[in-house]
Amino acid sequence: MNEAIRRVVGEAEPQPGKVRLELPSIVENGNTVPLAVSVDSPMTEAEHVESIHIFNQKNPQPYVAAFHLGARAGKARVSTRIRLADSQRVVAIVRLNDGSFWSDSADVIVTLAACTEQ
Amino acid sequence: MARVLINLPESAKRGEVIEIKTLIQHPMETGYRLDSNGAKIPRDIINRFTCTYNGEEVFHAELFPAIAANPFIAFSTLATESGELVFSWADDDGQTQTESRQIVVE
Repeated sequence: MNEAIRRVVGEAEPQPGKVRLELPSIVENGNTVPLAVSVDSPMTEAEHVESIHIFNQKNPQPYVAAFHLGARAGKARVSTRIRLADSQRVVAIVRLNDGSFWSDSADVIVTLAACTEQ
Repeated sequence: MARVLINLPESAKRGEVIEIKTLIQHPMETGYRLDSNGAKIPRDIINRFTCTYNGEEVFHAELFPAIAANPFIAFSTLATESGELVFSWADDDGQTQTESRQIVVE
């Protein structure tokens, strides 16, 4: 996961704050886990979110999704449904238009795993 | 053609933030599962979703196998003018499905 994050942020160090990653703390079915990310940003031309990246720790691939938005989004919030192969940590990394990176993480306990079941 | 659900308001005030919810029917086969003979089921996912508003891209997403089947994506955009929003989903086979919706902005 750390390597995948590094490929997105480069040399920058994501700072905690501004970002809110919403995930249930316990899920029964890892095949479909609701996820939402919101960012504290005015979403103006001068100050807005450029992209939101989601990573996980223990799935076969660490990258989950990337969402590209801009000032025209009006509100910095996206939601989707993801798969989790195991209980693990999920990280959201947000890039603002000034080039800074912000992050939040959430730990999820999964009782029925996704990805490998038949 | 896969079934698609798109939820957005038919009309909005200028400058209002509208929420758009989309869902498309797709197995999002990860490429990690085995069939009954133990052979790998090849990966087949939607890897890109794009939304344009009167021709200008306002949102796009890159998706990986960790996105659940029948991918659901919700986002928002500013209602700037009346016109057409076009949604397109592209999968690993290079197939694209496109849907459009009209919005009236007062």
